Amino acid sequence: MPRIAYAFPDEVLEHVFSFIHSDQDRNAISLVCKSWYEIERWCRRSIFVGNCYAVSPVMVVKRFPKLRSISLKGKPHFADFNLVPEDWGGYACPWIEAMASAYPWLEEIRLKRMVLTDESLELISKSFKNFQVLVLSSCEGFSTDGLAAIAANCRNLRELDLRESEVEDLSGHWLSQFPDSFTSLVSLNISCLGSEVSTCALERLLAGCPNLQSLRLNRAVPLEKLVNLLGRSPNLVELGTGAYTSEMQPDVFSDLSRAFVGCKQLKSLSGFWDAMPYYLPAVYPISSRLTSLNLSYATTESPYLVKLVSECRNLQRLWVMDYIEDSGLEALAVSCKDLRELRVFPSDPFGLEPNVALTERGLVSVSEGCPELQSVLYFCRQMSNAALVTIARNRPNMTRFRLCIIEPRKPDYLTLQPLDAGFGAIVEHCKNLRRLSLSGLLTDRVFEYIGSYGKKLEMLSVAFAGDSDLGLHYVLSGCDNLRKLEVRDCPFGDKALLANAAKLETMRSLWMSSCNVSFGACKLLGQKMPRLNVEVIIDERGPPDSMPESCLVEKLYIYRTVAGPRMDMPGFVWRMEGDSALRVS
Amino acid sequence: MSRLLEHDYIGLAEKPSMEISEKSSHLNLNLKETELRLGLPGSESPERKPTNLISLFGKDLRNTNALKNLVAGSKRGFSDDAVVDFEGKINNTHKASQSAKPKQDKKPEISETNDHVSPPSSKEQVVGWPPIRSFRRNTMACSLIKNKDDDEEEERKPSEASGFLYVKVSMDGAPYLRKVDLRMYTNYMQLSSALEQMFTCFTIGECNSGGFPGKDGLSESSLRDLLHVSVHVVTYEDKDGDWMLVGDVPWEMFTESCRRLRIMKGSEAIGLAPRAMEKKGWSHNNNCRRIK
Repeated sequence: MPRIAYAFPDEVLEHVFSFIHSDQDRNAISLVCKSWYEIERWCRRSIFVGNCYAVSPVMVVKRFPKLRSISLKGKPHFADFNLVPEDWGGYACPWIEAMASAYPWLEEIRLKRMVLTDESLELISKSFKNFQVLVLSSCEGFSTDGLAAIAANCRNLRELDLRESEVEDLSGHWLSQFPDSFTSLVSLNISCLGSEVSTCALERLLAGCPNLQSLRLNRAVPLEKLVNLLGRSPNLVELGTGAYTSEMQPDVFSDLSRAFVGCKQLKSLSGFWDAMPYYLPAVYPISSRLTSLNLSYATTESPYLVKLVSECRNLQRLWVMDYIEDSGLEALAVSCKDLRELRVFPSDPFGLEPNVALTERGLVSVSEGCPELQSVLYFCRQMSNAALVTIARNRPNMTRFRLCIIEPRKPDYLTLQPLDAGFGAIVEHCKNLRRLSLSGLLTDRVFEYIGSYGKKLEMLSVAFAGDSDLGLHYVLSGCDNLRKLEVRDCPFGDKALLANAAKLETMRSLWMSSCNVSFGACKLLGQKMPRLNVEVIIDERGPPDSMPESCLVEKLYIYRTVAGPRMDMPGFVWRMEGDSALRVS
Repeated sequence: MSRLLEHDYIGLAEKPSMEISEKSSHLNLNLKETELRLGLPGSESPERKPTNLISLFGKDLRNTNALKNLVAGSKRGFSDDAVVDFEGKINNTHKASQSAKPKQDKKPEISETNDHVSPPSSKEQVVGWPPIRSFRRNTMACSLIKNKDDDEEEERKPSEASGFLYVKVSMDGAPYLRKVDLRMYTNYMQLSSALEQMFTCFTIGECNSGGFPGKDGLSESSLRDLLHVSVHVVTYEDKDGDWMLVGDVPWEMFTESCRRLRIMKGSEAIGLAPRAMEKKGWSHNNNCRRIK
């Protein structure tokens, strides 16, 4: 058999590889043979590290010497809900430092759920001459001083996106640090910032950047100022308003409407904090252009929301609060036949009684009326198996389904049965389901269904569900493509975990909190599986050596890694290894 | 679907640990009881005993890890009443399916328990549930306050919400910090009980001087005695960087000026009191907030 691989010079192979961008394909290429591995690693330009502790910065730099773009994720997803203690980890600093010396031509950094300091931001701004994209998603640890450094030094910055990060807001003056000669901005998202930014500085910035396509303002930008800003950015495709409220003034209304119309490419709207019904119709003239509408901060009553949404016939994505109610969702189902993604957020999640008329019926209507619906996030207070079965049968093309019934362990409100059958129907009919979040009263049976049918499932979130270890066992043994599993307050324990230990190496991570996993099982797992980091978070102060084997572990985070134990564990995190817990300090 | 057999997948069962095998046999018992049979969705197997479901949460676990689970129960935001509520629900669910009892039996029991458990205006909160991101919670909390302002028709300047209303809470001797969202509470009582829930476990650990309680555990009454002995005081750092005792000022003023919280031992807080008195004319008896 001729050695075809050697027939091509490296440059030719490299050229061929340059057309291949997906990480999975690139990884596959690198496994073909040693020479392909070598060629590929020298020409890889972009990597995605789903767990920053799965690999070390040194290893990445060594393998891929010519990266231009890096994406990193840090804390477990449940950190979003306050389940991961402060100072757990996810520090970006070692990565930034390693890259600062290795990649002078780095262009893009995307971080999610990581801790980043002002020093790191300054280092970024000074180390990479052609730095273009900074996306900080749900990050924290930095202040507007760090942003000032970015603004002042990154001459070629195209994207600055701070989505939902926790920024210490010292002042709004950082925005003025963009030099007058700055022209390259394409996307700016400052919606998470609390304090006022100078509108003059914003206007100046926008005037200088003709290519600006995406602008997401923060709540502090008043509605009157929005008109001027829109006037200076006629090429906007995405706009996030500030507070969408003001005294009712007809000239402001008409100016606003005209400004919307003037942005001829505008397709996506968000913001709408405290949206006043009076000003919502200003959007009507462009409603048929809109494909994405985020009204999830609009605390407006149903009729006004419904009217707006019904006008947007080409809507593909809608995020809205439950003020829209079942009737609004029915109207949505009639008007928006191209809807692909729906998210409905709760307006009063901690109240005891429902405050709006939003039930399972709304979701059923949308599932019936919108043939393209693929992605759902839905908070509600009641659900039935019948409704879930209907939804499943209507929408077998569903790929992401996250249902949150607000009261934990709530059964089918019609039959008082567990919702096993309903969720079972979802996994059975939706054969391409990749992400699923469960809620309501659920027994081990639902996990049996998930294990049997959820063959494409990649991420599963479970809370207050199941009866025994069987539940966990079904999922770990049945879901072939499972990458991330996060569990809280379920009676899953040692047996299922230990029996499926090998599975854990095929996954990115497993989070279990308030379950029935014992300390002894964690130690055993850590001992037998050296390529996993088995980290327990404990409440007691001393080392867990004195903890009895049967003592239950409060929080457990297991992830595969080639980097060994992490060096930055705080005092309450212990890595299980051998007969005693190990910490490398 | 076959039931879970004891396959030794990677030789993990070879270690003859007493605790693990004890636990396994305990679990085996339960596994058999919860063995899945093929049946139409919604039907219940008549031999299935509802009590086993309860035993996993309730008494059996409590006996083997008496203290730990007592702590764990309260840590997880489940008061004893909430557990009873859950058990009550499970019991009634099974009764409903097995004997087709009318649903009315369920409601009075649940509403009674609910009234007992939670105050009328807000639900007893479980940490991190419902799963709403901090950013959204903070934003909504601001909106809620703004709407309240509209209702009351008061001239309030827009809150300088820095976008996040979580403040860090540290407790002397506790291994890690927590965060609380001050806007989720409307008065000091609610904050106090939330903190109590969050940090009770640390108090217990401290009482035992770093050691762990034996399997016999502590009886509930002696536990309460110990809790009373160790008194903690909640303090906060205000906008000026000064440490104050929590409870001095009206609640709204507190939420606007509080930057972080610290729960310190009563003995250490004594030095704090005179400064607080200087600053605000603090009154000893009424305003000192303690957690047990």
